Parts: sequence; C-alpha cells; structure tokens
Amino acid sequence: MLFQPAIIALLLASLVGTMMVVASVPFAVRVLRRWDTASGSGDQLDMEKRTYLVSTLLVVVLLSELASLVLFVFNADRMSSLFVGAMCAVGTLNVNDFGFPTLYLKIIVFFAASAWLVLNHVDSRGYDYPLVRVKYGALMALAPLMMGAAGVQLAYFLGLRADVIASCCSTLFSGATQITSDKLAAIPPEVSLMALAVVLGLAMVVGRRALVTGRGGVLYAILSIIVFAVAMEAVVAAISVYVYEMPHHHCPFCLLKGEYGHVGYALYLPLFAAAALGLGGGIAQPSARFASLAGAAPRIMRRCIGSSMAGFGLFGAVAVWLIWRSHLILIEQSPVNAILLNLSGGQP
Amino acid sequence: MSPWVHKQRNLLDFTLSSLSRRKGKTLGMMVVYTAIVFVLASVMLFSHAIRREAAVVLAKSPEVLVQRMVAGRHDLIPARHLEAVKGIRGVQSAEGRLWGYLFDPAAVANYTLMVPTNPRIEPGKVVIGDAVVRARSADPGDLMSFRAHDGALVQFRVDKTISRESALVSADLFLVSEEDFRRLFGIAPGLFTDLAISVRNPREVVKIAEKIDAALPDTRIILRDEILRTYESVFDWREGMLLVLLAGSILAFAIFSWEKASGLSAEEKREIGILKAVGWETSDVIRLKMLEGMVVSLSAFLVGYLLAYLHVFYFGAGLFEPVLKGWAVLYPKYKLTPFVDELQVATLFFFTVFPYTIATVVPIWRAAIVDPDTVMR
Repeated sequence: MLFQPAIIALLLASLVGTMMVVASVPFAVRVLRRWDTASGSGDQLDMEKRTYLVSTLLVVVLLSELASLVLFVFNADRMSSLFVGAMCAVGTLNVNDFGFPTLYLKIIVFFAASAWLVLNHVDSRGYDYPLVRVKYGALMALAPLMMGAAGVQLAYFLGLRADVIASCCSTLFSGATQITSDKLAAIPPEVSLMALAVVLGLAMVVGRRALVTGRGGVLYAILSIIVFAVAMEAVVAAISVYVYEMPHHHCPFCLLKGEYGHVGYALYLPLFAAAALGLGGGIAQPSARFASLAGAAPRIMRRCIGSSMAGFGLFGAVAVWLIWRSHLILIEQSPVNAILLNLSGGQP
Repeated sequence: MSPWVHKQRNLLDFTLSSLSRRKGKTLGMMVVYTAIVFVLASVMLFSHAIRREAAVVLAKSPEVLVQRMVAGRHDLIPARHLEAVKGIRGVQSAEGRLWGYLFDPAAVANYTLMVPTNPRIEPGKVVIGDAVVRARSADPGDLMSFRAHDGALVQFRVDKTISRESALVSADLFLVSEEDFRRLFGIAPGLFTDLAISVRNPREVVKIAEKIDAALPDTRIILRDEILRTYESVFDWREGMLLVLLAGSILAFAIFSWEKASGLSAEEKREIGILKAVGWETSDVIRLKMLEGMVVSLSAFLVGYLLAYLHVFYFGAGLFEPVLKGWAVLYPKYKLTPFVDELQVATLFFFTVFPYTIATVVPIWRAAIVDPDTVMR
C-alpha cells in the first residue's frame, strides 16, 4: 500500500521533518550547555547565528506537521473505499493496530508543534534571546515525540493490506463493545451538550478576564485543552448524531464526508486552531517576566487568546447551527421545560 | 489598514521588485519548477480522471456476478443455477448473460461479443462499437462474416454503430442476437456465460453472496465493490509507481533549487549587506528570502497545474498515456471528464513546495547571516 501518492507524501513529510528535528538536537544540547549572551566568544556568536537557521527550519517542518494531520485524516477517509467493510476513516484506521495510535500521536504532535511555534514567535520578539534555553529544551522533548509518530505512521502504512475485513464505524460506535469510543457515545446527549456549554462559557469568561487584565493565560490554556476534550466528546455523543439524523450513528469521521457537506471541517478546523492558540496564550503569558518581553508577551498572549476565543465561538456557532437545522429530536424534554414543570408544582 | 498588513505589503512589494531585478535567474527557476509541477500534476490528474471514469461506468453494472468454476477454470453456467439464485430472498432480478471474445483475423484484433437483452437484436444483425468501425471501416448496411466453431460461415449485417461518447466501454463491442451467439460458438440452449444479479438493498449484498456461495458451491461470486476496489488499487499503484520513478527528478529539483539559492551574486550579497546596514535584522532578511521563495513556488505551482490540466483534459495526456492506461489494438478514443480533487492538490503541494522550501532554507540562512561590513568593503 506504500504506492499511494498521499501516503508517499505523508511519509516524505514525516521523514524529512523528523530528520530535521533530530539533526538539530546536538545543537540544542550545545545551547543548553554553553549559551551565554554576556560572552562575546566566537562560539557564542556562531550559536546566535545558527539559531536563525534552526528556528527557520523548524517553522517550516512544524507547519508541515500541522498540514499533515489534515492530509492524514483526509486520506484515511478517502482510502476507506479500498477496504472491505470500511465506510469512512474509522474503517481505514482500524485496518491494523497502528491506525488510531498514529492519529492520536499526530494530534499530540500537532499541539506540541503549535506550542513550540508560539514559543519561538515570542522568543523572536525579545532582543536578548530570552527564551532560548526553554525553546531548545522543548525541542529535545519534541524530537522523540516526532520520531515516535513517524515510526508508528510507517508501521501503520506498511501494515495496510487492501483485502482485510475492516470493521465499519457502525459497529465500533454502536455501544455494544467495550471500547473507549463506545463509552463516549454512551454519554447522554443532554449531559454532553450541557458540559460543552458550561466549559465554553467558562473559557469565554476566563478569556475575557485575560484580555482585560492580562492575567489568567495559563488557566485559559488549561481550560482550552479541557474544552477541546469536552467538545470532541460532544461531537461523538450528540452533534454528529444531529448531523446524521440517526440516533445510533456516532461517528466523528463521517462528518468529513461529502454526503454531509464536509461540515466536519467547519467544526474541527476552528476547534483545533482555537485549542492550539489557547495553549499558545498560556505559553506567552509567563514569558512577560523577562524584561525584554514585557511589552511583546502580553500583546501576543492577548492576540492568541482573542483568536482562540473567536475559534471556540465559531465552533459553538457551527454546532448550534447543526443542531438547529437538524430534523432529529434527541432531547425531548428540554431542561427549560423541566424547570418550568418543577416550578408549577409538577402539573404540566 | 493594520500595521501588520502594511508591513507584509511592503515586504511583498520589495520581494517582487527584487525578483524582477534578476529576471534571468528567476525565470530559469520558474521554468524548472513549473516543469516539475506539470509532470507530477499530469500523472495525478490523469490517473484520477481515469479512476473516476471506471467508477462511473461500474456504477451501472450488476451488484453481483456468479460464474461457474470447473477445475479452477471459468465454465458455462446451467440455467438451473439461475433458478436457484432467483429463489434467494432479496434478489431483485437475475439473468443469464452471454458474452465472449471473438478474434477477427482481418483486423488482427479481439472483439467483445455481447448479447443485449434490452433492446434485443434481430438475428443476422450486429451493432458495433467505434473502434470496430475504425478497424474494419464498416458502415451501417455492410456485411461482416466470421467462421463459426464448426467452420461454417456466419454473416452479419451492420445495423448501427455505437456513438463515440461511451467509447471507453463500448469501443470494441460487437452486439449480436442470442441465436447468432449460440450458433457462432456452439453453446447449447440452457447454458450461459455467467449470471448477473441485482440486489435491491445494498446492505444485503454480502449476505446474498454468502447464500449463493452456500447454495452453489461450484461458483465464484464477484461483487461490484470488489471490482471497484481492485480498479482503485491498480490505478493507485500505477500512479504511485510513476511518482516513485519521478522521485529522482524531485530530488534533482531539490538539488537544483539548493544550488540556485546558494549561488548568490556579488550584487545580491551587497544588497543584503546594505539592508542589514540600514537596520534590517537577520530574521527580516530570512523572511524576505522566504517570501521570494513563496512567490516563485505559488506561481510555478499555479502555472504548472494549469498546464497539466490542459495537457490531460484537452490534449489527451500524450506524454504518459501508455504507462497509465495500458494498451490494446482496439483502444478507445475518448476524452476524460475534467475533475480536480482536493486531496490530490494537497498531495502535489507536499511533493513540490515542501522539498523546495526545505532545500532553500540553508542557503537563505547563509545569505542572511553575512556581516554587512564584509560584503560592502
């Protein structure tokens, strides 16, 4: 199965990217051990020049990692026609044991890479390389992660055989087996939607406070990861069901298909971007401690959190729109009605 | 307008003017880049279009085909098998098909013989495909004769020809009546080439296939989905093969762009030196150079893709045709339906822009870190 154009492209990108990151690890070690802005030695000057090369390379590589997550899911969805019983990306990812780990690792790499990019951006605003050690420390953590992701992805693609019987999403998300995704689907839709509304509201409040006072960026970052998790759960438990208008179809991948107007992209792209930017806000805020970043860091933090809030808002709006236009009634008794019922003493 | 947008606009302006100051170099780069995109995009567009064509054609074919196997070889299937299949619940309709191949010594080519059931063809008449018309220069009313299995001569009068629109599937077709078919090959009544079964509910197809398999153990069952999947795999594989073969050219291209980007003229070096002397930072110079790369990349990508589109959909993809579609004596003449796929564009972007960008980073950095005093001296 390696001779699939998209697979070749994905492997090429991950191979080149991993090579670049691994190749910059020795430099990271050198920076961590010998970096000293006060010194005017040739070694220090060389390192200062070289940081430009490393950060430019990594910007290119990490941006390609972000794009490759989208390409990976898109391709998995497209390849489902090649496997017996597979009807969407779930089937393709289930062809062997490495499919879902690849996806999860790619999502983790996505967030790690975007966090690193924000860190790099903040660092470039200060004239005295204030975050250089943090940056290269983070790079050394990123390298094994990317290597792992590239390796698991290679194992997944090597193990693809077009003739195996894959399970279709309807059996995986039907609630009959004991898999995590089933437990996600088993959560009542009203609970998941309520939880989503609560955490989204909380994120908006904290985000607004951070925009006004310039504090609370870290809290917002933590919250945005929680919002991300809760939102994914709500997609599986409720929103997708509203889109398919079938009470037992809980697949988060079929949303990406043309039959449903590719609405999945309208949901996921803002959500992923918002969570990544929220994370960036949490990284930018603590860097304001450095004198050279006292002006730039809060500005970047505000920009990150502002765009992140806009992203979450967009996600919420799309979700509400999907539920509103759906013909399916999943929650017969709305919470408002229940409260009214209680107030009137139980008499309808 | 926000200062950020203003800054980017000025940078872009500067980039364009600096590119136009070195017309020869930029143009050379553009030509090679465009050629690479053109070649890769042609391969992708062509294989995609032909895959779609196959899918469109197969969408109308029966869901299930049943063939009888004797000693591992395809054999004629008796009518009682047809009755057995018709008895299975969920089968909408089943019919015995008659088809085969006929070698025509005059054209040195194989025709595909079929017996259509709707509308039927009168005995003694034949309807022929476009390629047969060309091979035998036959017109309606002409006579064509062939030797039957026992050596007797069987004569056909050309009734009409099939239009060229459906040439991809009908080019080598030779449609005859059931009586003529049986006489030509000596097939006794009550025997068919295979059975075509249509199923009302697509989700029952696999179950019905299982039932047929249980009821008629001497048969081979082919599902439409399997055929589609196989086509998909085969074309993916061919496309991937060609791309791997072209990997060498991508590599050469990466080396070429590395060379181009590192071969800075004294003029350019002085330019960078002056920029740094007037207060540009290393990161600004890198940004400027990356922007140059982006302008070249995007223009080359766009032009290359457009040329490939024209090549494939208006000029029949003359350069890659033999590799991608195979060959036959009676090959159909057809025009592919234009179709652009998002995944394909994204993949192509990864194949071209990504290697180019990576290859130029180091030379760009090397240019950007020069000290102003050394180059201006």
